[in-house]
Amino acid sequence: MAYPYRHPSEVRLISEYFGDPEARTLAGWEARGGYQAIRKALGMDRAAVVQEVKDSGLRGRGGAGFPTGMKWGFMPKKEPGKPHYLVCNADESEPGTFKDRELMRWTPHALVEGCLLGAYAIHAEHAYIYVRGEFFEAAQVMARAIEEAYAAGYCGKDVFGSGVDIDVTLHLGAGAYICGEETGLLNSLEGRRGEPRIKPPYPAIAGAFRKPTAVNNVESLIAANHVVLNGAAWYKQWGTEKSTGTKLFCVSGHVKLPGNYELPMGFNFKEFIYDVCGGTPSGRPVKAVIPGGSSVPILTGDELDIGMDYEAMAAAGTMLGCGSVIVMDDTTNVVKQVRRMVDFYAHESCGQCTPCREGTAWAARILRRLENGRGHPDDLDTLLEISDNMTGKTICVLSDAAAAPIVSSIEKFRGDYLALIREPALAGAPR
Amino acid sequence: MAEETKAAPETVRCTIDGMEVDVPKGTRILDAAAMAGIDIPHYCYHPELSAPAQCRMCLVEVEKAPKLVPACTGQVADGNVILTQSENALKAREAVLEFYLVNHPLDCPVCDQSGECKLQDYVAAEGPAMGRLREPKRVLGRDDFGGDVLFYADRCVMCTRCVRFMREVAQDERLAVVQRGHRAVIDTFFAEGLEGSLWADNIVDLCPVGALVSKDFLHKARAWDLDRTPSVCPNCAQGCNVRLEVRDDQVMRLKPRPNPEVNAHWMCDYGRLNYEWINRGGRIEAPLVREGDRLVPRSWSDALTRLAAALRDAPAGGARAVVSPFMANEDLGLLRRVLEAVGGGSGVFRCETAAEEAPLPGFPTLALRRDRAANVQGAELLGYARAGGADAQGGLEEAAFFGGALFVLGDELRDAGEDFGRSAGLFVYLGHFLSPAARNAHFVLPATTFAEMEGSFTNLQRRVQRFWPALRAPGMARPAWQILGVLLAGVSDGAVPLATAADAFALLGRVRPEFGALSWAELGQQGAPLPSFAEPHPER
Repeated sequence: MAYPYRHPSEVRLISEYFGDPEARTLAGWEARGGYQAIRKALGMDRAAVVQEVKDSGLRGRGGAGFPTGMKWGFMPKKEPGKPHYLVCNADESEPGTFKDRELMRWTPHALVEGCLLGAYAIHAEHAYIYVRGEFFEAAQVMARAIEEAYAAGYCGKDVFGSGVDIDVTLHLGAGAYICGEETGLLNSLEGRRGEPRIKPPYPAIAGAFRKPTAVNNVESLIAANHVVLNGAAWYKQWGTEKSTGTKLFCVSGHVKLPGNYELPMGFNFKEFIYDVCGGTPSGRPVKAVIPGGSSVPILTGDELDIGMDYEAMAAAGTMLGCGSVIVMDDTTNVVKQVRRMVDFYAHESCGQCTPCREGTAWAARILRRLENGRGHPDDLDTLLEISDNMTGKTICVLSDAAAAPIVSSIEKFRGDYLALIREPALAGAPR
Repeated sequence: MAEETKAAPETVRCTIDGMEVDVPKGTRILDAAAMAGIDIPHYCYHPELSAPAQCRMCLVEVEKAPKLVPACTGQVADGNVILTQSENALKAREAVLEFYLVNHPLDCPVCDQSGECKLQDYVAAEGPAMGRLREPKRVLGRDDFGGDVLFYADRCVMCTRCVRFMREVAQDERLAVVQRGHRAVIDTFFAEGLEGSLWADNIVDLCPVGALVSKDFLHKARAWDLDRTPSVCPNCAQGCNVRLEVRDDQVMRLKPRPNPEVNAHWMCDYGRLNYEWINRGGRIEAPLVREGDRLVPRSWSDALTRLAAALRDAPAGGARAVVSPFMANEDLGLLRRVLEAVGGGSGVFRCETAAEEAPLPGFPTLALRRDRAANVQGAELLGYARAGGADAQGGLEEAAFFGGALFVLGDELRDAGEDFGRSAGLFVYLGHFLSPAARNAHFVLPATTFAEMEGSFTNLQRRVQRFWPALRAPGMARPAWQILGVLLAGVSDGAVPLATAADAFALLGRVRPEFGALSWAELGQQGAPLPSFAEPHPER
């Protein structure tokens, strides 16, 4: 099967040209209808562009689901001499997520266009694309696309002859998950330690270089192109009332057909896993699913009959996040998976706040001991209390994210933990 | 009336733990609580540094706020109801303390900070009763940061005060946090580390735990064995407010005392580490009176009676004095009065002087000053002239062969010739050490140093600052102002001996009217500036 897999249920707006090398070039991209949205936007009032995106109900695709148009609307009135910035968050590091990487690899010009459009909407003269340090290939492709766009006069001074100046700069991170947190990203962009800032002030007031800044996810900016080009009403034909449009879902783990799928919001989660992704390769039942990246609470295999949208996921006690689905069949050792995730957060905590710095590492050490069959009946209570002490007590939400899988796994898979404590050898602990 | 315009309120009213407090708008919750006498535990916040709100120790409950609020960055809003002792706040603090103890080594018995450690204090007050840690602790080890600073990485609570001090106040970025998460550690950039920084020891003061310790003080004394006396740093004309920290009658270290007008919370390493001379032994312990070619120990009353008699038929040729700028205002003023009583005469002082001063960039009011003595300003105001070179040597030519009454106060006369003072009609030496030149005196009287007496210095800003006795005076040594007070009573009609330093200070106004405008009690522990010289004194 050619890359990527396609399924008839998919609605491909932003992922239409995945796997099409021609789409990476400027000529190829324009032949496929590229750079029309920015041309249209430049003929519109800036406020009208923002209004169109607001009307579309497009919500930020980076994980929090904050409405993109509303975020742009928070930007203060432009004062002469005071720059505004658009920062594209392409530091896609959430375990299980690989949608922005593919968007940049296959449709780099769509992101350049999205940056131009976002920058125009918020009156920014400069857009930065902060790409995750490990995305060498994506960064190379992006760099080439930006170069082509500059050569064509689409970036820099007087874009498309409109009299508007918008520079686009690519910035490569240095390999830190925390730089995907928007204020950590801004610190890193400025050359400081990638440590999240205290909010308020929010980036719209004091962002990059302490100037008004909008930070948008790659997928949000690319989706905004389609919204502006085709109108809010057109975009709202997909999705639910509050979660409009389409969304890229990246699936990994125990499924026959892992990969990126673009589906309308609200698509049935069970159908998605069993039909679109083909179910588990072994045919064994699904034991657990992480629906939105490792930071969100885990669902059991019985909780899947819900819609893939922000509201339905929230009602099920979890989050849509950035749409990264990790499927585990019943051969999975949940404790080991959780330990692996918490190890990740312990490694990636920036170390500013005490509860996160010490709590993640402590929890990871307890989980490793449990996994190795040296658990103690008190450990689960201790883990739950550590998690509670880490939640809502810190500058950013990394420690909340680390606590979520611990809490939900103990709640839903307590048996797995207890088996490891009571009968370590039978539960698969190393002897 | 509806049209009445209300000005934006200057002050806001909040309730902290049931107490109503009115504070200026924009006040931090932590400061507002301090005004109400409530201490909110904290590590990363320091009033002179930026507030990163990262220790999460000062979280308090603010009614209607969705989450606990850090009191260091949270500002008081009108009508706030703030709870520092609510169940949530206490639980959050206990949790943070437990998190600290995950990796903190609990080596209090061998830690220099023990007894003055914020982690120890808060854990004892609010920490968990039992540890739940079953895992081994992380071990990072020690690092020599250069200069006087040693770093015990395992004890560090990552408050980053040290990094922020070097960045924001010393403006000499030599420290950084490297690595992240629980592997994060404070480190220096280059091999020389803090070597050569004039201000690095302030980070030892800032460190709330025993992570940054002074090599000079290492394992020398336990905090609870130290007696702490407010004083003034004697090592330059800045007059930083300090505490002399003493054990077994020896100064063990100097620590800065906050004074926003002089040194904020800081002091330089030169002043801080230059204290061993205060402990120097071999002092003159009894009044010595010349009998033939011998100096014979006498009682105070005997020595002073003879000296007063000698002064009453003062030798012809007037008087001269050589004084030390390490002596108190009171000493220098009383000597000036005695000089006047015996016919008047000039006085000089000698002071070590550096080529340049070294200001603290983040608080330029504070600098290591060129004059390396505490009371140069006082000596000048009280009528003594600078003599000699920048090395505090020479300049004694006139005094050496003076034929009248010669007084030396405090100056050790180390570089004076063997025949210094031999031609004097009367040579009185008030000081601390019996150098060869001092042996020529007719009267050698043991005086106390600033560390052994009550008195005051006048700093470069003409601010008069008091100090208190921290050490026992050796033998029979007395404050020079007391000795001179007795002499003054012996030689001039109407003068009575002085009972206290306050009495001595009260006399200074007659030497220099500016001093008359200040009252001893009002000087307090923070001192007060002398009034402007242009203003005439009300009594004259």
